[in-house]
Amino acid sequence: MFSDETIQTFERIVARYPVKRSALIPILHEVQGRLGYLTPEAMVEVARYLGLHPVEVAETASFYDLLNLRPVGKHQIFFCHNLSCTLLGAERILAHVQKTLGIGTGETTPDGLFTLKRMECLASCGTAPVMQVNGEFYENLTEAKVDEILDGLRRRG
Amino acid sequence: MEKVLLQRAETPGYTGSLADYEAHGGYQGLVKALREYTPDQLIEVVKKSGLRGRGGAGFPAGMKWGFIPKAPGPKYLCCNADESEPGTFKDRQLIEQDPHQLIEGILIACYAVGIPTAYIYCRGEFAHGARVLIRALDEARAKGYVGRNILGSGANIEVHLHRGAGAYICGEETGLIESLEGKRGQPRLKPPFPAVEGLYRKPTVVNNVETLSNLPHIVLRGAEWFAGIGTPKSTGPRLFSVSGHVRRPGNYELPINVSLRELIFTHAGGMRDGRRLKAVIPGGSSAPVLTDQHLDVTMDFEALAAAGTMGGSGGVIVMDETTCMARVAEIVSRFYAHESCGQCTQCREGTAWLHKILARIERGGGRPGDLETILDACDNMKGKTICVLSDAAAMPIESYLKYFRDEFEQHIRERACPLRGVADF
Repeated sequence: MFSDETIQTFERIVARYPVKRSALIPILHEVQGRLGYLTPEAMVEVARYLGLHPVEVAETASFYDLLNLRPVGKHQIFFCHNLSCTLLGAERILAHVQKTLGIGTGETTPDGLFTLKRMECLASCGTAPVMQVNGEFYENLTEAKVDEILDGLRRRG
Repeated sequence: MEKVLLQRAETPGYTGSLADYEAHGGYQGLVKALREYTPDQLIEVVKKSGLRGRGGAGFPAGMKWGFIPKAPGPKYLCCNADESEPGTFKDRQLIEQDPHQLIEGILIACYAVGIPTAYIYCRGEFAHGARVLIRALDEARAKGYVGRNILGSGANIEVHLHRGAGAYICGEETGLIESLEGKRGQPRLKPPFPAVEGLYRKPTVVNNVETLSNLPHIVLRGAEWFAGIGTPKSTGPRLFSVSGHVRRPGNYELPINVSLRELIFTHAGGMRDGRRLKAVIPGGSSAPVLTDQHLDVTMDFEALAAAGTMGGSGGVIVMDETTCMARVAEIVSRFYAHESCGQCTQCREGTAWLHKILARIERGGGRPGDLETILDACDNMKGKTICVLSDAAAMPIESYLKYFRDEFEQHIRERACPLRGVADF
């Protein structure tokens, strides 16, 4: 199910380690980058590629917050709800995001555009409140700033 | 104090590229280490500098290296770049703004301990930081700083980037090693410590980003210079990440024994909106809280321990008088409940119950006896598990009850949060 180019990427990753299984999480990042989430078929294929049992892949994958075992929206919003962000109004701004998107945290918009997740400390407390969209930081958030960011993402589709 | 670790990063126009780094004296520490010191001499220099781990535990770095067996055979260095302790954001700045400083530190450590392979375990959420490091590693490899026969010295050191996938527990050194082996990040029982049996069961050094970033400066300027900053037992500059209700949050590089008062009121600009300081977490959310009575404590490891807390990761969270401590307890306990890896009963059950009870108290559903139950649970969580996440979850909660018990009792008595509506919280 993986292209030759993808397999070459896997091979470059495996070459960094003396033990093949170490390549598992980096390879799952690659697979997720291509498919959006880790489908059961993809995990079976990764297991075969690394010489692991599919259960070994699933047990590792299910431990980590950033690995998706279910489909997610095109844009993933990670909203920090830890202490420093909450002290500076994160819950108020998160409520605004939920209202604007019409979904709760842990949910995806019906059009499949946005998934919204609560996250623990994102290591950006000096510029709280913060969120990440598709891995990029958005800092010193206000309601107005969030509106602008969400509008921009909607326009991009 | 003149800046050391952030000196280049905070120079206007500095990009962190290899050319920029070299133009600012970069890699001269590595050159000096390779030309002027044997590996054993370098370990002595770092021991003499007094450098202690900046990740959380504060363990002497040179001593940690000294535990690695001298016998030939595979050995590894893992750079712990899994910065996730709530309130801490210094490693992210070091990675994003001065990646070569970290890489140079890694190379010096590898040379000193005789390690041919290093992995930078980078927090999964640091997508940008990972890209910066990969680019920097490519530059360093092309220029002969990383790879075979480094600068003609005969030393071979390869450095790889490894991205995590979102789990606080992978900042614990054996959790990190398990994760790097492609498994769930569940910490290992110690001993054996990683220095004896670490990555792939081989001797392994695990050092934090800030710890390693100090090495080029120690080599260039000498152990005495480093040891001359701070106190006899806590030496050098330290990065403090200040956040919360202060006017100027951010990373501040200061002598490690700066006072809490100076850090907050001189450097971070004091309290916002003219409010009064109520509580400060001095070393990441695992550290017991301090109050306005403790402002003259200094931030070195010993002074903070004497004040009943710890230097931890250097994450300083400042809270003003509008802050509800039951809400703080709820948020902090929620974090540990989410991050417990689940393998030890005391931690898995303890963190979940602490959060459940604290959330209930904050929402006005507290019951008589709840505080005793919380303290009993905390007591059963400490010193009984494979790693210290369980202790780190219990200690802050105990401290909130120690200094602010009235507030928790008021929640239970009045069946509501007395501060609800006061702050945007």
